[in-house]
Amino acid sequence: MNLKNALRAATALALVTGSAATAETITIATVNNGDMIRMQGYTDKFTEATGIDVEWVTLEENVLRQRVTTDITTKGGQFDIMTIGMYETPIWGANGWLVPLDDLSEEYDVDDILPAMRSGLSHDGTLYAAPFYGESSMVMYRTDLMEKAGLEMPEAPTWEFIREAAAAMTDRENDINGICLRGKAGWGEGGAFITVTANSFGARWFDEDWNAQFDQPEWANALNFYVDLMNNYGPPGYATNGFNENLSLFQQGKCGMWIDATVAASFVTNPNDSTVADSVGFALAPNAEGVDKKANWLWAWALAIPAGTQKEDAAKQFIEWATSKEYIQLVAENEGWANVPPGARTSLYETPEYQEVPFAKMTLDSINAADPTNPTVDPVPYVGIQFVAIPEFAGIATEVSQEFSAAYAGQQTVEEALEKAQAITTEAMEAAGY
Amino acid sequence: MARSVTTQRKILNTAAAWAIGLLIFFPILWTILTSFKTEAEAIASPPIFLNFDWTLENYAIVQERSNYMRFLWNSVIIAGGSTVLGIIIAVPAAWSMAFVPSKRTKDILMWMLSTKMLPAVGVLYPIYLLCIQLGVLDNRLAMVVILMLINLPIIVWMLYTYFREIPGEILEAARMDGATLKEELLYILTPMAVPGIASTLLLNFILAWNEAFWTLNLTSVDAAPLTAFIASYSSPEGLFFAKLSAASTMAIAPILILGWFSQKQLVRGLTFGAVK
Repeated sequence: MNLKNALRAATALALVTGSAATAETITIATVNNGDMIRMQGYTDKFTEATGIDVEWVTLEENVLRQRVTTDITTKGGQFDIMTIGMYETPIWGANGWLVPLDDLSEEYDVDDILPAMRSGLSHDGTLYAAPFYGESSMVMYRTDLMEKAGLEMPEAPTWEFIREAAAAMTDRENDINGICLRGKAGWGEGGAFITVTANSFGARWFDEDWNAQFDQPEWANALNFYVDLMNNYGPPGYATNGFNENLSLFQQGKCGMWIDATVAASFVTNPNDSTVADSVGFALAPNAEGVDKKANWLWAWALAIPAGTQKEDAAKQFIEWATSKEYIQLVAENEGWANVPPGARTSLYETPEYQEVPFAKMTLDSINAADPTNPTVDPVPYVGIQFVAIPEFAGIATEVSQEFSAAYAGQQTVEEALEKAQAITTEAMEAAGY
Repeated sequence: MARSVTTQRKILNTAAAWAIGLLIFFPILWTILTSFKTEAEAIASPPIFLNFDWTLENYAIVQERSNYMRFLWNSVIIAGGSTVLGIIIAVPAAWSMAFVPSKRTKDILMWMLSTKMLPAVGVLYPIYLLCIQLGVLDNRLAMVVILMLINLPIIVWMLYTYFREIPGEILEAARMDGATLKEELLYILTPMAVPGIASTLLLNFILAWNEAFWTLNLTSVDAAPLTAFIASYSSPEGLFFAKLSAASTMAIAPILILGWFSQKQLVRGLTFGAVK
């Protein structure tokens, strides 16, 4: 009898505490990178202020992409907030899969979002995702090696200068490669890099009638230049190097130059991880002689609300908190200005303390130099710099980048790779009805 | 009479066995070692083998960031549940195929196996939609059933081959002594096939533990097992190899220990029937 009573009491207690604890909980799908993980650490502050609990589902980028795409296309309703990028946002927004962020509060100051970011995360002028952090790409180089080579990096170098500097810095005996660049297959890895390189040579993915352009001389120029540069001055096996591999090489002092995401700047200048932290300089991404487009991309990891969530208000509250000026202030107070999420807000770059961060100005200049609606010399029918914001692109570009990587690895010639790229793209676009 | 083996040959064989064993184990050893390094040491080139400052920092960070016990508990339930459920269904199936085969038994076995030849992603959308309809996304029971269905062909095949090694005459004798079908299955067949069933159990438990497609795609919070725990530490933009290694070590530790303790059972089961 006693046992029964005890059980009853326990059940009642569990029910009471259970219902007391059923405050609203939102589930957020996100990627594993430094800024996002840092934010998870501050979530308690959000819960304290609003009473809303937060469950994090952190996944590797590619897994996340597959996971949230499955969920949103089937209206699975697993997440109240999704971390998505500039590629997905306009497409999903156009499909009506995302809640428009057109009623954000006045204090949030939506006009403070950097214009390039805002336009990349909008469809038809409506914002569908709020940028948590943004990035472009730029040249990071070793100031000591540059000095030793007797050269001076201009603020806006050309590819010709990059080649000259790479040649001068390469020191095979001491295991120093003049330049490290992405070559790994995948639309977001090497595919992104070669696409911006092509832009800076005046090449484009499609003409205004959606015809593939790999048979044009600009693409051949870009690809030949890249392969030639990397074969002569790049690290061995560069065809399989992505962001992480190059970061590792650069941090260990094995690269003279590295052209990659602006967020890498905070890694390579962090003395805990990098052996070359005190001798890194920055410059704008290069362009070919006579072409006024630079090889820099634009990307943002942004927070969006899938249409159909039951917790839209709570989700909006979270997004306003996580992408606010106050959040930036919170991180700055606790971890210093170099660790705040960059590239999202104009006001950050007007903050005097932040202007002292060595890579702040170059990051902003790089972001401002990127125009997603006008990525290359000739007009294009698409939006996006290192990608083409159509649903078919991820599949096509992954295949194309595999052909390119095969050329980098010496398994086929540049001409063969371009021919195959042309065929793959033409076929896929015809099948998709363009 | 056993073949005489010279000491020299013995040493050579032992050395070769150790070398192969180490080679196979090396990636796991490297993961474990990396988990005790700092991030900078983890990517050092040339790699540092043992001569580094051992630190538990990564484990502390992982412990602080993730609720390991929740993922572990989900893994135990999903892997354990699907394996046990699978065995319960597969024993009668394998029994009928092994002892009362029909003209079509071979075809059925092949057909069952053929379901394994379809890439999982091919049925992701149908299964995802089914789960939404039934309201069982991110549900442990649903994961148990799905992983059971995925591993069932393998379980049936393994049990079938073990059962075939058992002489049918023994079962016949039991039947002549008046054993019912249930008694025949429970008291005659199962005890004789224990090594086979045990190794099937273990192997499928390991397969279900490591299954990383369905567990990643159909779970988010409540039912997420250790595969999701590892995936949350992998990053294409940032070098977190030491933390990833710590998470991996924590995820494989239970299964590694289980494997160690049941080594004998596993080997016996896998070679069962090879030596009469």
